[in-house]
Amino acid sequence: MSVNITIDGLAVRADAGDTLVDVAADNGVYIPTLCYQRGRPCLGTCRVCSVRVNGNVMAACTVPVADGMEVEVNDPADMRKALVELLFAEGNHNCPSCEKSGRCELQVVGYEVGMMVSRFPYRFPLRDRETRPKKIWLENDRCIFCQRCVEFVRDRETGRRIFSIDHRGSRSRIVMDVALADRMSDQQVREAAELCPVGCILQKGLGYNDPIGRRRFEVRRLRQRVLEGEGQ
Amino acid sequence: MSGLQELMRRHGNDRARLIDMLLEIQREAGYVDDQAIQRLAEGLNLSPLEVRETISFYHFIHDRPPGRHTIWLADTVIARMNGYKEVRKALEEACGCVFGQVDASGSFGLFDTNCIGLSDQEPAMMVDDVVFTRLTPERVRRIVTGLRAGRSAQSLAAVKDRDPTDSDFAAQLASSAIRQRGPVFFSPDRDYPALVEKLVTLLPEELIARVVDSGLRGRGGAGFPTGLKWRLGREAEGAEKYVICNADEGEPGTFKDRVLLMESPEDVLLGMIMAGWALGARHGILYLRWEYGYLQARLQRLLEEWQQARLLGADILGQGFAFDIRIQKGAGAYVCGDETALIESCEGKRGTPRVKPPYPIEEGYLGMPTCVNNVETLAAASRILEKGASWFRALGAPESTGTRLLSVSGDCDRPGIYEIEWGVSLNKVLRMVGAVDPLAVQVSGPSGECVSVARDGERVFCYSDLSCNGSLMIFDRKRDLLEVVEEFTRFFVDESCGICVPCRAGGVDLLHKIRLVRAGRATRRDLDDIRQWGALMHATSRCGLGTTAAKPLLTTLDRFPERYEALLAPDEGPLLPSFDREAALEAHRHAHRILTEDASS
Ligand SMILES: Cc1cc2nc3c(=O)[nH]c(=O)nc-3n(C[C@H](O)[C@H](O)[C@H](O)COP(=O)(O)O)c2cc1C
Ligand code: SF4
Ligand code: SF4
Ligand code: SF4
Repeated sequence: MSVNITIDGLAVRADAGDTLVDVAADNGVYIPTLCYQRGRPCLGTCRVCSVRVNGNVMAACTVPVADGMEVEVNDPADMRKALVELLFAEGNHNCPSCEKSGRCELQVVGYEVGMMVSRFPYRFPLRDRETRPKKIWLENDRCIFCQRCVEFVRDRETGRRIFSIDHRGSRSRIVMDVALADRMSDQQVREAAELCPVGCILQKGLGYNDPIGRRRFEVRRLRQRVLEGEGQ
Repeated sequence: MSGLQELMRRHGNDRARLIDMLLEIQREAGYVDDQAIQRLAEGLNLSPLEVRETISFYHFIHDRPPGRHTIWLADTVIARMNGYKEVRKALEEACGCVFGQVDASGSFGLFDTNCIGLSDQEPAMMVDDVVFTRLTPERVRRIVTGLRAGRSAQSLAAVKDRDPTDSDFAAQLASSAIRQRGPVFFSPDRDYPALVEKLVTLLPEELIARVVDSGLRGRGGAGFPTGLKWRLGREAEGAEKYVICNADEGEPGTFKDRVLLMESPEDVLLGMIMAGWALGARHGILYLRWEYGYLQARLQRLLEEWQQARLLGADILGQGFAFDIRIQKGAGAYVCGDETALIESCEGKRGTPRVKPPYPIEEGYLGMPTCVNNVETLAAASRILEKGASWFRALGAPESTGTRLLSVSGDCDRPGIYEIEWGVSLNKVLRMVGAVDPLAVQVSGPSGECVSVARDGERVFCYSDLSCNGSLMIFDRKRDLLEVVEEFTRFFVDESCGICVPCRAGGVDLLHKIRLVRAGRATRRDLDDIRQWGALMHATSRCGLGTTAAKPLLTTLDRFPERYEALLAPDEGPLLPSFDREAALEAHRHAHRILTEDASS
């Protein structure tokens, strides 16, 4: 069944039940996301896609479109920016020395929302990193706790989770099962590192391959990739 | 370790029973050791870290020895008004260790915990399997001396020779001060078999229509119409359906669900059976918070008695209606009161609130339609079955029918349970409970609002005004309201599940702000930050915990701005008052000390 909604006043037709963030992209409206990826189940953790739906702020990745919906993307823009700033203040992000710089979704979304500096006090947390596995390691300083690795990476043979959560609240950390990590194929390691939106999951023995200026989002910004598709 | 295999088998090697398994292991061994974790992981096809993921989420599951006697002292604002600090100090001295640690001999572990549902008799603590209330320094010294001398916590609480399945067992440990009775709850001498008989003569649709007609709305906080929820549950499609009674009662200041489960547990069971009948569900789960463990044996016995009487089981009263109830123990997490987190917890996982939609009534426990109702909602429903919808609707106010239970604590002469009709004013309730020179009232606990008696006294309790979830804490003029605000804000930081950004990260920043204010180092700009950041958390958080976590700050800023302004620092000079020059220079001093000591040695 097709429905009519408006996005910042623009009339849009869509299939009932489609996810708002995708519907917006299909109609040329980019809403940034850090946990959500098109085609995968919604994680709903980063809240960076918050928009106003019929007056209430909601994460656009969690909203199935329904007839008559009025969506405002522009209005809560400062909230989206604030959430990105929170992430920068919560971890330790030193882009110039980071392997992911230029390919990092947090960084590119930071540019996208126009962030200059975090309004929140930088916390400079001390976090342990996990370096024991043979092919892969975690630079936890940069983890934004999006849950992609926890939900989408599994041991191929047993289906068990390789990444899990430890503790709760502000003490929560991502941890990696060393034995299972050592069974990952090179290909799976590469995929996990690509899956991570930031420079937390890293492949050992590889780094800084693409020269500055030719890195993923320097060639083509995230906005273009979302609006026009990866392939073009 | 074949015991572990046997334990897993008893739980059907089912991952959804992981919390039960962990609690059982802990009951035997005191904690869950590394070997047990490895075995569980292997048996349930999980990685060991996934087992730890569940363990580390819950407050009351340990992965290291927590002391031969484990003591949990409730740190709440009400306890702090009644000598908590002295009790805490006495415990540390008597046990020979500080909070968060186990003493050198491994005899005592001292731990903090949030509200344990005893706000009308605090300070209170849990020791092993029992609770002690109305603590004083002398009393805790005596208890610790007794434990040291080899007596058990049960014997010190004078319940050693009592049968924990007896209906008056819990009353030996914690009183249930019902100060005002009303028409709906705690009614004596009800004929439950006759009521179940009556139930099964109704068509489910008739039952639902009756509950709709009564106007009953959820008593757990959100106020969703109960009849409508049951109808949605009936209409939802699923191979199975489930009814869950939410007895997590984690909101600081509330204890009415505990008192209902102590005094009228049959009402609650009957309400669950009704919901089962309405939905066409065959299974019920009573989710009992860990802190109410001393109620469990009695409830379990009641379930068995009802099974024998064929009020529960495969064929209720020979009518071909199958419905059973199992008790799911919680393990210590306020957020598990959220219905979707509660369902995750029932599935043996961390209590992470789910992304909605889908709502539980469509896709809940194990992906099946699930109706979650509060203890009080179900007890009220059981009276509607007996007395009819119009009887119920005639009580209370138009959009808020019936009565509700208030758990009253704080500065008043008569703390305890009050059944009030919706529609009464705050002032009337304050007079009823003997409030002494009240300044402020925290309505609905930290997640609710802090109102000013002077300004809000004539507001009434109802869903469209003071929509109270049952918690009512009264503060008189002498209280330091901002200490209360800091405590509540800390509570939310402690209890955040951490899955979403605004609540996990924003809560910590708000806690820093209120500490800054209380230290006299905040300026007006900090108050603006609090408002803006609080609005961010309110708007963007994933569940009700994060959306309400800033309310202690925001509602007191609104009602008692003078309390904040009195503490503001002048915003002048080149440095922000929040900049702590001494602390900033400390690292330099430290380095200097090391260097000069090195040079002189
Ligand atoms: C953080 C949080 C904690 C909650 N705690 C409880 C609780 O302890 N008991 C309860 O009945 N509902 C609690 N709720 C509300 C439940 O999610 C749910 O709305 C309620 O159990 C539904 O029952 P009702 O319709 O009978 O009120 C909580 C909600 C949130 C967001
Ligand atoms: S993870 Fe991204 S934002 Fe963080 S330091 Fe690396 S490039 Fe910068
Ligand atoms: S490690 Fe990467 S993918 Fe995993 S939660 Fe952290 S940021 Fe997300
Ligand atoms: S708001 Fe807080 S408790 Fe709720 S999902 Fe987010 S982090 Fe968890």
